[in-house]
Formats: sequence, C-alpha cells, structure tokens
Amino acid sequence: MNTGEKEHIMKLLQFNLRLDGRKPIEFRKPLKVETNVIKTAEGSARVTIGETVVLAGIKVEVMEPFPDTPNQGSIMVGVELLPMSNPDFELGPPGIQAIELARVVDRGIRESKCLDFGKLCIIPGERVWNIVIDICPINDSGNLFDAAALAAVAALKSMTFPKQTDGKIEYKEKTNKKLELSDLPISVTVLKIGDLFVLDPCTEEEPVASGRLTACSLSDGTLCALQKGGDEPLSAEDIMAMVDLSVAKAKELRKLIP
Amino acid sequence: MQLKVNKMVYKERLLGRKFDETRQIIAKVGVIPRADGSAYFRIGNTWAYAAVYGPRNLHPKFLQDPSKGILRCNYNMMPFSSSGERVRPGGSRRSKEISLVTVKALSPVLDLNEYPNSVVDVFIELPETEAGSRCAGITAASMALADAGLLMKDLVSAVSVGRVDDKIVVDLDYSEEAYEDGPVADIPVAMMPNHNTITLLQMDGLVSKDMLKEVLEKAKKVCIQLYDIQKNALKEKYKV
Repeated sequence: MNTGEKEHIMKLLQFNLRLDGRKPIEFRKPLKVETNVIKTAEGSARVTIGETVVLAGIKVEVMEPFPDTPNQGSIMVGVELLPMSNPDFELGPPGIQAIELARVVDRGIRESKCLDFGKLCIIPGERVWNIVIDICPINDSGNLFDAAALAAVAALKSMTFPKQTDGKIEYKEKTNKKLELSDLPISVTVLKIGDLFVLDPCTEEEPVASGRLTACSLSDGTLCALQKGGDEPLSAEDIMAMVDLSVAKAKELRKLIP
Repeated sequence: MQLKVNKMVYKERLLGRKFDETRQIIAKVGVIPRADGSAYFRIGNTWAYAAVYGPRNLHPKFLQDPSKGILRCNYNMMPFSSSGERVRPGGSRRSKEISLVTVKALSPVLDLNEYPNSVVDVFIELPETEAGSRCAGITAASMALADAGLLMKDLVSAVSVGRVDDKIVVDLDYSEEAYEDGPVADIPVAMMPNHNTITLLQMDGLVSKDMLKEVLEKAKKVCIQLYDIQKNALKEKYKV
C-alpha cells in the first residue's frame, strides 16, 4: 500500500468519511445472512457484507470423547483462506492469518457457553458428537473476521443432526433434532485508524489501521471473547470505547440471523 | 443364489428427467470481484466457483518459462461439499489428478505466448457436489478465463455422459453413478465446441465401442447447449 493512499484514507476520516462514502461505524450493504444454502452440509450459512462473501458449513462426526471430558462432545472451527477469494492468499496449509481467524471464531462460540457440550454426549466415555464448522471465503473484500464469525453462528443455529446408530452416521437421513443454543454470540471487530474508530473495514482500510479489537458479546452485552490485533498499543480508554461500539453493533447483526 | 428371471432395466430417471436432458443449469460470470475473472456454474446440486488470477509473476522463479506463460489449475472440494463424511482440507490424490486433467482440458484454448515468465492461476472451488463436479469446474473455469479477458480460441464445455444398464444418459446424477442393478460407465468429456475437438476424456466403467461412439455424439450435443449457456452468461455481464 502506498503512502498516498494511506494519507487519503486518514484525511477522509477526519471529515467522518470513507472511500466508499460510508460513515465510520457503518457496515457495507448489502448486509445479509442466508442459512441452509448447502444441502450436503448438516448446517450452513452464507454471509454477505458488501462485496465480501463467506460460506460456513457444518459436518458432524461421531468420535471417542477426550479423556479429560468423557461426558462432553466437542466443536472444531477450521478456516481455509482460499486463494480464489483474494490475490494475496496462497495454496498450502493454513497460515498464521487463517489460524488466528479460526481460533477467534472458535473462542467466541466456545466461551459464550451458549452450547452445552454435555448434550453432545451419546454414550459417556465412549461416543460423542464432534461438530466441525468450516469457513470458506468466496470473495475477501475486507472484514473476514466479522463475516466468518457471523456465518459460523448462523450455520450452528441452522444445523440438524443426521441419524446415528451405534456410532455410524447415516448422513443422508436427516433428523429434525436441532442444536440447542441458549444465546447467539456475535463478534464485531473495531479498527483504530489515526485517532478514529472504524467498523467493517474494506480491503484498502485494513492495512492502514494501527489497532484492532475483536469483541464477542451476548445479547445482554456480556463479553465472551476478546482479541487485540494491530501493531500499535491501545489505551484502556480506547479499548472501552471500542468494546461499546462492538456490543452496540452486535445487537444489530444478531437480528440478521434467521 | 436366486436367479433373476426378469432382469431390471433402467427405465426412468429421477424427477422425470429425459435420458438426453441435463439437470437444471445456472451460469454467471464476474461473481468474485477480487479476481481478474470469475464464474459460477451450477448443474443440479453440483456447484462450482472458478476464479482466475493473472497473467501474474510466477514464483518460485525456477518454475518460470521464458518462452510463454503457464496455466495452473487447482480443483478443491470444500470440507462440507460431500453428502458423506467431511472432506479433509489440503487436497487428495483425487483432487490433484482432477487439477491436472483440468489444465490439459483448458490449455488448448489459451494462447499464453505473449506472457513469458508468467502464470495464469485458476482456482476451482466446490461448495456442494452431487456428481459431475470436474465437468462443472472446467465449464466454470473456461467462463472465468474469458471473463479475465484472456485471448482464447474457443470456450471449453464439459459434461459427464455415461451408460446406465442399456441406456446412454447425459449428466449422470449420484443415483446413476451408484446404480447397482446393471453395468454403469461414467465418461466425463470436455470439448471445444467450435473446433469439435475433445480436450478431456476419462472413463470409469464398462462400455462397448459402439456405445462409446454414441456417448461422444451425445456429449457433443450437450456441449453445444452448454456453450450457448456460457456465451449468454458472458454477454449478460455487459448488458446495458
């Protein structure tokens, strides 16, 4: 990114404007969440934020529980930063960017306690459900963090279990058993560019930011996961302001999930 | 074992489809704004995205060809794209082979002599599959290459034709690939419709020479239909 472009983005922000004419805390449009878009998955969602499109799909497996939690099932989140979706992504095993994204999405869901892992147990100590959420961007025009987290939660909410007998899954026989979620944890990422806070960054804005904070919150505003990114330090005041912006926007995004 | 007196014959396809009829098709180009060219092709429950990047600089350098640009293709099934178990990310022997035959299927229409030391990357991604995914990928990739504005002799259209029992069927679905009451052959074919030449041919199964001849004739008919669909999708993008 050249300095001219960076200065231009910073200068516009002083007038409360962005490259595409948005206000600093405005999301791009169209902004939508569609569920059950992929029939081969047990649950799925497509999130569209402006030109950014992300697919999340769920496959379930039956496995032996981990020895330390014999009465609990598990979830797993994988992110594939497909080279199809961004000219800078390359083929190969997940890089650090994909791993961080997957772990932030995973933590938002896991730590929210919305999901009762005990209910994923089939036979204690022997057989439990493992729910695998895979996230694949179709087009990355910025803000994969929020799109990925939203898609993952929407896919979880839409999922139904397939028929299972003696640990063998009949994937083609779907049941109407849903996954119980007590709340919907929603992640919203806030960027700090200059002295200002910005939501839903586009491709050009992401590298300009000095600070980044992803906060995941529940419907009553309780925080369940945080991740600070960006190269520069943030003050406690910055963080509190960013959390407020994140929680307020999360309430709006939550309503989009069908 | 009980002897079957009245041998079952394949009489009817699912959803009343005719033997020479494809599943429902949707085709679009320009679906991935970050890419230089892109396309979406859906046939029944199999859908493919293709994105083209390049010509761009090729790294590592030792792969470069100073006389012309090279084409690279990568076919990938998304982890949730199969109706059975999760597909492990990272590519299998199967996906590597399909990537290879996809390069061979698409190369003949491209002229990359103007782009020494460069690469044209084609990424094919399948969010949902139900038979015929390599053909859907090739058909989408050819539209994406055209959308990227590359010099091309022709498009490439691909369809799987086969035999189920004594019938020749086009665009096999999953139930036909897995048909158990008689012999089955699955023959993916890719063609350059204007040149009437075949750029991909594979087969799993058993056929007679006469049947193969009929299969190729049927494939040609379908590829001509696909060509029109591809051409219309490309035109649609520039419609005023």
